[in-house]
Amino acid sequence: MEVGQMQRRLIEYTKSLFMEGILDDQFLQLQQLQDESNPDFVVEVVSLFFQDAEKLLNDITRALDQQSVDFTKVDAHVHQLKGSSASVGAQRVKNGCIAFRNFCEEQNVDGSLRCLQQIKQEYYHVKNKLEALFRLEQQIVAAGGSVPMMELSF
Amino acid sequence: MFGKGASSSKSMEIIGYEKKFSVLIVDDDPIIRKIHSALLSKFTKEIQEVKNGKEAVDLYRSGASFDIIFIDKEMPIMNGLEATKELRAMGVNSTIVGVTSCDLSSERNDFIAAGQNQCYEKPLTIEKIKSLLSELNKNN
Repeated sequence: MEVGQMQRRLIEYTKSLFMEGILDDQFLQLQQLQDESNPDFVVEVVSLFFQDAEKLLNDITRALDQQSVDFTKVDAHVHQLKGSSASVGAQRVKNGCIAFRNFCEEQNVDGSLRCLQQIKQEYYHVKNKLEALFRLEQQIVAAGGSVPMMELSF
Repeated sequence: MFGKGASSSKSMEIIGYEKKFSVLIVDDDPIIRKIHSALLSKFTKEIQEVKNGKEAVDLYRSGASFDIIFIDKEMPIMNGLEATKELRAMGVNSTIVGVTSCDLSSERNDFIAAGQNQCYEKPLTIEKIKSLLSELNKNN
């Protein structure tokens, strides 16, 4: 596949992630911050998010597994996950966290467990999508092309 | 012309705010620190980061000073409001900008009462920084 084709494919792929609500504007903000002095910025930030999210999801799972659930702790973890997902534009994960916090307030274990399942699904979904996006970018760069930028107006 | 992974958009170097200034980023979240650092580096090269309010206060006690402090509200050891009060009590005149992930409207009064000049919801964006700088420019 030649570079032009790959670039078009990347743009279409990225657009679809926005259309499906998987990513939001914040991801575009991150791309705007990437430049020659900071060429791997987006990958680095997203990698931090992956590490953070996986740790938090484990912590939440363990906390909900206790005989007596400490909802203050669970809520604190969810709050952090909401923050980091919002920072990278992982919209569905962020929205899942907002819903989750309501169950924490109600001290609702079943609701929380269901929500956690949902968030885990959304997280692995966005992780797969972003990893595919980065692979597309790598292919373009390896072929000697430059990564095209998405327009901010959306 | 384009390096590895470089964006193809026009250069993001912001011209217009000519005055040099230094910033301190105070946040316990490394993702936020990284993003805000990259964001502010479009405007200035003098950036320092610390993890909580106490580290910010200690920096000032050791004699450091910054033009603008971007301070998160929720942090362990010493949070943003406490640190702001402490800094103001020490006589620090730097511009202090609160940053929060909570609903801003309900927290604005707390921020202003503690001595902050302005506050924003996380994460900061290019637009928010530009509007902040033009505001500060006008007031100088």
